[in-house]
Amino acid sequence: MMSLVSLHGVSKTFDNGTRALASVDLDVCEGEFLSLVGPSGCGKSTALRIIAGLIAPTTGTVQWPDDKPEIGFVFQEPTLMPWANAISNARLPLDLKHMPHDEGEARAQTALTRVGLAGFEKAFPRELSGGMKMRVSIARAIAAEPKLLLMDEPFAALDELTRQSLNDDLLKLAREDGITVIFVTHSVYESAYLSDRVVVMTPRPSRVQADIPLSPPANREASYRLTPQFSAAAGQISTALAQAMRDAA
Amino acid sequence: MSGALRNLVPVAVGVAVLVFWEWAVAYYQMPVYLLPAPSDIWKAFLSGLPELLSATWVTLRIVILAFVLALISGVGLAIIFSQSRIVEIALYPYAIVLQVTPIISIAPLIVIWIGYDHINTALLIMAWIVAFFPILANTNIGLRSADANLIDLFRLYGASRWQILTRLQLPTSLPYLLGALKVSGGLSLVGVIVAEFAAGTGNDTGIGWTLTEASHNLFIAKMFAALAILSVLGVSIFFLLSALEWALLRRWHDSAIARQK
Repeated sequence: MMSLVSLHGVSKTFDNGTRALASVDLDVCEGEFLSLVGPSGCGKSTALRIIAGLIAPTTGTVQWPDDKPEIGFVFQEPTLMPWANAISNARLPLDLKHMPHDEGEARAQTALTRVGLAGFEKAFPRELSGGMKMRVSIARAIAAEPKLLLMDEPFAALDELTRQSLNDDLLKLAREDGITVIFVTHSVYESAYLSDRVVVMTPRPSRVQADIPLSPPANREASYRLTPQFSAAAGQISTALAQAMRDAA
Repeated sequence: MSGALRNLVPVAVGVAVLVFWEWAVAYYQMPVYLLPAPSDIWKAFLSGLPELLSATWVTLRIVILAFVLALISGVGLAIIFSQSRIVEIALYPYAIVLQVTPIISIAPLIVIWIGYDHINTALLIMAWIVAFFPILANTNIGLRSADANLIDLFRLYGASRWQILTRLQLPTSLPYLLGALKVSGGLSLVGVIVAEFAAGTGNDTGIGWTLTEASHNLFIAKMFAALAILSVLGVSIFFLLSALEWALLRRWHDSAIARQK
């Protein structure tokens, strides 16, 4: 598979002395769904921000074999503009790129429909539930037609049912649009359900503990969580995570 | 408590006080140059109406102008501060000095510099000094309060500083600004009246001068009439700005939610 982005010896020490990343090597392939799993505060978010170009690594390089592609970012909080309705929020990246209003409106409308929010275009964030706000946040990301989608524990604050339904919708969207996803989570089960590959990180300063390729069925549904294959994947991830914690102690 | 009752109770208290006042003045035979009865004040109000109204208009014009100037300069300076840390560090201390120096103490200086020929300009400057700082301080904080993740998102999509300012920082600062406007609206009025007291001359024909003149002549009923007009003016400014705040924030801001229930 074609490499989309690769990190070589990437480390990050913040101005206040916190060493977030020790030395991370990571190769992300085009079209894959990659999860970064690790204990809280282990620098997973830092890795995402470095890939996005929002912060610079202290040492090491981020390489894009082709040009740096369109990147989407979804945060743990929906991070919407409270003064703007759903469609204006979804249109944000297009507005910032000076897309003509009508074209942006049409694209944002399509994005909202695809995340299941048709009919809520004029609703303001405070009129929407937590799950719906997150859907607007995802609509905003896909409206810009990203090649790479970075997600920083996007569903951590949601209830289990909402989370599972968003998991399925996200997989469908990523597959349909051929989006590469790097998904940060601390949930072993979520990563086992979603990912083509799981990278387990050590506690801070973080490095890669294990790189676990999975081969989940393409069209999985909730019942996949009951299969031995799923249990085996979850077991593998949690063993690696436990090993990372033990090595650190 | 029902809506009607909520409005009725304060009105009833006011009426009761007026009735007691009227009765007490008659019963204790208070001289009218010490404490006039409400009926005397009403008579003074009616007989002096043309003069009172024109004085009110003179004052109100300066209040509105000072308020608009404070709004433009306060927001403008806050925007400049948000764009340049060095300008903020250089100028903010002086804005604070201007704010903490009692206006009444620099009023004579301003009157001397501007001159009695342009007394309205002097009043305007003094009212502006009083009104502008809350707008500067609040907008300054508001512009800094933008969600850090949203700023990152704007950057990720290649937003310019202008886009971050107009699409993110200014909307974020709007609730802060509107709160400051309610303070500054009242302060503009206070500023003009204090300035009129300080100017203390017949060249000025505002309601502040009416008060001064009436007190010198012991026209206490006229003073009360002027005071009543000032109260109505102050309350009107407050309600107008509250209505503006509600109109702009009701759809999205937490402060407006409770009122919508």
